[in-house]
Amino acid sequence: MNIIPGITILLLFQLVSETIVIVFQLPVPGPVLGMLALFTTLVIRKGWRGSFEPVSQAILGHFSLLFVPAGVGVVSHFQRFENEWFAIGAALFISTLIALSVTVLLLELAVRTRHSTTAQSTDDT
Amino acid sequence: MTPETLFEAWVYLAASPLLGLTTTLVVYIACDWLYQRSGQWPGLNPVMVSIIVLVILLKTTHTSYETYFEGAQFIHFLLGPGTVALAFPLYRQIPKLKGLWGFILGGILLGGLSSVLSGIWIAELLGASHSTLLSLAPKSVTTPVGMGIAEKIGGLPSLTAGLVVITGVLGAVIGPSLFKLLRIRSDIAKGIAMGTASHGIGTARALQLSEEMGAFSGLAMALSALITTFTLPVVLQYLSYY
Repeated sequence: MNIIPGITILLLFQLVSETIVIVFQLPVPGPVLGMLALFTTLVIRKGWRGSFEPVSQAILGHFSLLFVPAGVGVVSHFQRFENEWFAIGAALFISTLIALSVTVLLLELAVRTRHSTTAQSTDDT
Repeated sequence: MTPETLFEAWVYLAASPLLGLTTTLVVYIACDWLYQRSGQWPGLNPVMVSIIVLVILLKTTHTSYETYFEGAQFIHFLLGPGTVALAFPLYRQIPKLKGLWGFILGGILLGGLSSVLSGIWIAELLGASHSTLLSLAPKSVTTPVGMGIAEKIGGLPSLTAGLVVITGVLGAVIGPSLFKLLRIRSDIAKGIAMGTASHGIGTARALQLSEEMGAFSGLAMALSALITTFTLPVVLQYLSYY
């Protein structure tokens, strides 16, 4: 059973980060800080020989399930969606399309430029 | 078994966390099965369909969201450790980050800004109310951050939570098709775009497509949460929205 130490380490990182966020009144959510803290730890330790990667993979493998309960919360705002559905829908759809396009085109350009300046390498799909 | 005992059983179960939790899992598993059977057709995105099914269930059984959440909170809770766990795939991608930091930060900043500004301008143009505009502004960042920002600028946090999830689902659904249309090859670029535009739900979708895309999406999600927290209130204040 490697699940217990794995989940404990993830929760410890989250707990310490949440505490830091509250004590220093940071505007960042605890889990995001926890991710950055764990990432930094991994960089410093050059990896982690412990056994908690399977736990991470188990959680991340079904990451999308975890958003369902929050999403069902739209049920509390039915009235507003009924009145403003077109404005909200159009704004969300078009702005998401714009954000995706702007970011992906800029990064694609950057990655291609890097590839042509350094030697050819193979990583594309 | 009489209708009365059935009704009693329902009253008992409806008040217990077991029902909300189990229903969420069963609905999600069924939706995911359907999604896989359809050859992962984007229109059957399991998060979206699960939410729709559960909303209909709550409406038809007259169950309040609070009662449902008593059970569903156990799933919701795992978002925290799940976000922390994103450090792992990211760590494995370090060699690929070389020479890209500036572009990644620039892309997240520009993508995030274009998302916020186009979102509130379109909504304003189409006559959305002011409180909707302010709740809409932080829609691209992960749920807890978005709610925090909404509270700060005078939006409605619980409305923001809903809009954040819809944005995430939209990005997860249209992202991969859009990338194909734009002939994008780099999984790094795709991941950064997914995380910037549609936070954790985009990241969840990206993780299904490739580990590299998922890792970069997670990175973009974390960085855009940080960047948006500090820049959005300033930008909105400058444009005198609040």
